Amino acid sequence: MYTIHYIIYEHFIDNIQSRYNCVKKNTINYHKQGGLSDKIFKIGATIAGTFVLMIIALLVFQLISESYPVWEKEGFSFIIGTDWNPVDGRESFGALPYILGTLVVAAIAMLIGVPLSIGIAMFISDAPSKIGAPLGMLVELLAAVPSVIYGLWGLLIFRLYFKDWVEQPLHDLFGDSIFLFSGTPFGLDILTASVILAIMIIPTVSAVSREIMKAVPQQQKEAAYMLGATKWEMFKIAVFPYSKTGLVGASILGLGRAVGETMAVTMLIGNATGITAIPSSLFGPSQTTSSIIANEFVEASPASLHLPALIGVALVLLLIAIAINVVAHLLVTKMMKIKEGAINN
Amino acid sequence: MTTNERRQEYRTLFKQNVKNRLLVDKVVRIVVFSCVIIALIPLCSILVEVFKNGISAMSYEFLTTVPGAVGSGEGGIGPAIQGTLIIIGLSSLIGIPIGVMSGIYLSEYGDNKLARSVRFFNDVFMEFPSIVLGIFAFLVIVLVLGHFSVWAGAFALSLIMFPIVARTTEESLKMVPITYREAGTALGLKKWVITFRIVITAAKSGMITGILLSVSRIGGETAPLIMTILGSSQFFRSMDVPMDALPLNIYKLSQLPYESAQLQGWGSALVLIIIILGINLSVRYYFANKTINGVLGKLIKQGVLNKK
Repeated sequence: MYTIHYIIYEHFIDNIQSRYNCVKKNTINYHKQGGLSDKIFKIGATIAGTFVLMIIALLVFQLISESYPVWEKEGFSFIIGTDWNPVDGRESFGALPYILGTLVVAAIAMLIGVPLSIGIAMFISDAPSKIGAPLGMLVELLAAVPSVIYGLWGLLIFRLYFKDWVEQPLHDLFGDSIFLFSGTPFGLDILTASVILAIMIIPTVSAVSREIMKAVPQQQKEAAYMLGATKWEMFKIAVFPYSKTGLVGASILGLGRAVGETMAVTMLIGNATGITAIPSSLFGPSQTTSSIIANEFVEASPASLHLPALIGVALVLLLIAIAINVVAHLLVTKMMKIKEGAINN
Repeated sequence: MTTNERRQEYRTLFKQNVKNRLLVDKVVRIVVFSCVIIALIPLCSILVEVFKNGISAMSYEFLTTVPGAVGSGEGGIGPAIQGTLIIIGLSSLIGIPIGVMSGIYLSEYGDNKLARSVRFFNDVFMEFPSIVLGIFAFLVIVLVLGHFSVWAGAFALSLIMFPIVARTTEESLKMVPITYREAGTALGLKKWVITFRIVITAAKSGMITGILLSVSRIGGETAPLIMTILGSSQFFRSMDVPMDALPLNIYKLSQLPYESAQLQGWGSALVLIIIILGINLSVRYYFANKTINGVLGKLIKQGVLNKK
């Protein structure tokens, strides 16, 4: 009996040991193979991930090196000069009018677009989702319309109505007394471009502000209601103080988009060059950094200074856009971190 | 007596106060509602005008033939439609793999300093003015090759595309529960098998949404195409000659002083808007579910995405 038991026992041990060896072998193999292919996978993913860093570095390097001739010739007066003349022999490049044009157009677009967007965000964040969701979707559909179609619509439809119904009356009323409204309204001017731009940033700003307003804790709103606040007072005492940072961030995000926008502005701003492009009246033509590039880039010959000058303008535009967007992202992220902390507490 | 009088006084003051506050509230409500209406007027006007004017330009010839002589109003936008499809396809070919791998990196290996800076720069890169990306493509491809090239356009558009794909992929992959990955590990699978077979399968619809949204975004881009594919009135011949695309065609036509050119511009705009709004709306309806809305909502909250 004992032997039989012992044999069974031995068999059992053998079995276990061989299984263990088998598993061990497999595990080692697994680690070997998995190690290699996973390493390749990880390296591939990392390369794809850091692709964006390489592209940004290469892009900035290319812009600087290709625009170097114009910095060399013009020096700092490329930024503060107002003369723009690509004719051979009398070349002179000063980008100040375009930088001013970019900033002015974007600022007016913000003045019009941000209050509208915050109003929309207030309405949608507070409306029952049956009304709010479709309305929000419709407003965001504005973002799906390509910028060149805004341009076409602005050029062929909006400009005519806007000139007759808004610009002409404003000119008649204030044209003599306030310099902003002097100049004969023609429709292709700073104000038209700004209004179109304002329409284009509404979806961005309103979507981000809406999400930020929704992030305000419900208890805070209810506390305001409990104090007897009306809806507006609730927004004033519970929502705005809480979401201030985020709303500022959302607006700056819209500003970033407005600065970089090209096509619609190019088609509507009137495309003045040189000193005439310095914004002096709402009804005067101007030029932005992006529109001067769109207008002149193809005609510029790589041999002359014209192309480096345009690339220099692009570099300035890029720096403005990066500065604005970094600030906006930091503000929005900060707001969202505060919010997550508040909900967890 | 005094108390009664004062009580009366307080009561009227209180009534006055409530009345004023309710009035202010009502005014604000009306203002806020009119904001929504004001924002919707341009949308309706654009859609109505594009459809109204575009329909009258439509015909089979218009969609398939090459443009006629400038200002004659003859011919069509065949090359432009073909060019838009080609450029979307090519830039997807470059942009989607990079974007997806980048998203995998951010989600699966994204817990270190490098990944955090990648994420940040990804978000900033997404906001780069598209015309600057066009100039970049011009400098590294057109100037080097010495001629305008379809590849340059595709490269520029893929640069717009891949950060969007990367961030939507990342957020979709993050929505897949960690237990799915642990189950894969317990089966002895390798990490890349887990990622491709389990995680991506589970996150598929979110990723497709992101890809389609990025396609609809680049479909309407004009600025980078001006200096890369230039525009042409011929059907596609080779990668090394200029090509046409719908947005470019609209821009060119809108600059012409002829009525017939403007009409053709409206026709192109109608085709373009049908393609782009079609993608957008179908994404909303076919892929709309809780997970994806969560993904998109999160991205909007971070100020990354506004093209929902």
